[in-house]
Amino acid sequence: MRPRVTPRFAATRGFVVVLAATSVSLVACGDSTSVNPAIPAAEAAMAAGDITCIDGKIQAAGSSAQANAITEWVNVYQTACPQSTIDYQPVGSGAGVEAFLSAQTSFGGTDKPVVEEDLAAATDRCGGNPALNIPLVGGAIAVAYHLEGIEELTLDPATIAGIFSSDITRWNDPAIVALNSTVVLPDAAIAQFHRSDSSGTTANFSDYLESTAPNAWDYDTGKEWTAPGGQGAKGSDQVIASVAQTPNSIGYVELSYILDAINAKPVSIDQGAGPVLPTAENASVTLASSPTLNEDGNIILDIDYTTQVTGAYPISIVTYEIVCSAGLDARKNPELVAAFLAFAASDSGQKLLGDIGYVPLSGDLLTGVRQSVDTVLAGAVR
Amino acid sequence: MNLMAPPLITGTSVRPGDRNFRLFTTGAGVAVLAVLAAIAAFLVWKSIPALQNNTGNIFTNEQWLPDADPPQWGIAVLIFGTIWTSVIAMTLAVPVGIGTALYITFYAPRRIARTLGFIVDLLAAVPSIIFGLWGLYYFMPEIVPTAQWLSTYLGWLPIFSNDLDLYTKSILIAGFVLAMMILPTVSAISREVFWQVPKGHIEASLALGATRWEMIRMAVLPFSKPGMISAAMLGLGRALGETIAVALILSAVFEINWQITEPGGNSIAANIALKWGEAADNGRSALIATGMVLFFITLVVNMTARWVVNRRRDFSGAN
Repeated sequence: MRPRVTPRFAATRGFVVVLAATSVSLVACGDSTSVNPAIPAAEAAMAAGDITCIDGKIQAAGSSAQANAITEWVNVYQTACPQSTIDYQPVGSGAGVEAFLSAQTSFGGTDKPVVEEDLAAATDRCGGNPALNIPLVGGAIAVAYHLEGIEELTLDPATIAGIFSSDITRWNDPAIVALNSTVVLPDAAIAQFHRSDSSGTTANFSDYLESTAPNAWDYDTGKEWTAPGGQGAKGSDQVIASVAQTPNSIGYVELSYILDAINAKPVSIDQGAGPVLPTAENASVTLASSPTLNEDGNIILDIDYTTQVTGAYPISIVTYEIVCSAGLDARKNPELVAAFLAFAASDSGQKLLGDIGYVPLSGDLLTGVRQSVDTVLAGAVR
Repeated sequence: MNLMAPPLITGTSVRPGDRNFRLFTTGAGVAVLAVLAAIAAFLVWKSIPALQNNTGNIFTNEQWLPDADPPQWGIAVLIFGTIWTSVIAMTLAVPVGIGTALYITFYAPRRIARTLGFIVDLLAAVPSIIFGLWGLYYFMPEIVPTAQWLSTYLGWLPIFSNDLDLYTKSILIAGFVLAMMILPTVSAISREVFWQVPKGHIEASLALGATRWEMIRMAVLPFSKPGMISAAMLGLGRALGETIAVALILSAVFEINWQITEPGGNSIAANIALKWGEAADNGRSALIATGMVLFFITLVVNMTARWVVNRRRDFSGAN
């Protein structure tokens, strides 16, 4: 029983409430990389003999850094093979490796190779057969800036490290001016953006700073951003959106995010061999000239961040698939895993990467990767 | 609380309907407690490994490196950010929410009251991701001038000062967005409570010559105090646990900073959302440990609220 007081005596004194209708404007904030219709590519790959159709369904999960590349491959593969379904969930490297180790998925994607205890656990998961790290997707990290009217900006590793550790706080700092004598830099504070979530991109970027500018960068490396100052944003999409939205800002993102960004432009990096822009070709040069460790098909790439090769963009990355060389249980459809990897490592598969902001593998690295994929193909046949 | 209360009337035969219904209600009560206990047990169990090998002091360490070797992490920054954003949200939302409820109940003409109440309730149905995106892309640029004004003219107060000259992704913005999210909770419950103020009290005070403000101050507010506290505490619960909107808006740095207009801040729930995907075993365990802390903070907040409400019971009830 609720005595209900009706406000009959309400309107005596004029109370006017203005209901400000709040206009909600939402900016679409999905991945900035559009995945093209894949049908012509599928036909081309079929014609080139790069796709072998295996029916069935597999599930995979892992690194979000390679998600767009895998999605592109899946689209092309599934268009060519309508009876196949490949489901890749971009849950993150850690969760992806865990899902693979606990036998929930057919393969995992990861930004860092699986080593030591985890590799032993992966071997157990493959019924005692070796698990392989196969680098399949090359990439690059671009440093994006937003400065009105400045079309080109060159930085060196020490300056980048200075900016991202908040030692350099203004755009007209002598260190930046010295590298960009042809432009007039504003007397403005640098708004620096980094990732607020745990991220392989942060791990690679801080690794790069530590290897190339040890004097200017004395913070931890790893998936967590540990340097002081700056602003965190969730995911590369939010970092690029923040840079685009904030004048006089800078941030680091995966290459694909800068391709169709508005207002944000890529920084050229000068490591002694002249300024180099982040492009698929330039990053490919770095990957091809970096030393690899290949143990029976388990390939780990040691990227040469300090490279001074002409036209080599130094902040290059590679992401891996963790797979069973053999012994994957039949329910996880090892034949389809092998066929999909073979397509991804083929000429048509790698060529697709360059168009969507990733970096195709080349040279000895690609040869090694194909040998590993052959091992998986052989292991899948029973 | 007493699960097995004796039947009110003893000595009479128990009918099957009575017995079955009582079993059902007892079961429902026990189920809630069982779920709660299961959650607490899960949190404790899963957080033990990270608590054991943490080389930092869990209460004072201001880093988040649970997957490093050796692991180093602490909850100081997270607790600070969780409480600080919620305090700001409460400061903004409670007066406005109670004001809205008072207007709807005692001032607005009937038709406006009904529409306004409906609209306020509708605000509660907006998913929090929408609040987050709206806050990040629309509200943040709009609020920057206000933040600049605050730091220019009230900068002598340490919390409004801004040394960085940057005003985005701040605790203030997160506080505003959280305030909008908890406003419907505070307002809807306060409204229900105001409706329960005995008509006799209201008419008596008006008959004695009180103005409407005096009537509200002397008849409505004292009667409704426990209810308003409950409303505020339910809102606080949502603010403490809000995840995705806070994760999108805050800069999420590991640093204790009282300056609410500078980029910064973090919260327990947001940190879990941001770190879970890439966390390894120990990282997850540490995240669950922070979840356990949030669980206990919420428990303490609710128990305190209940205690405050009970202490003032003489004002409420059927009189």
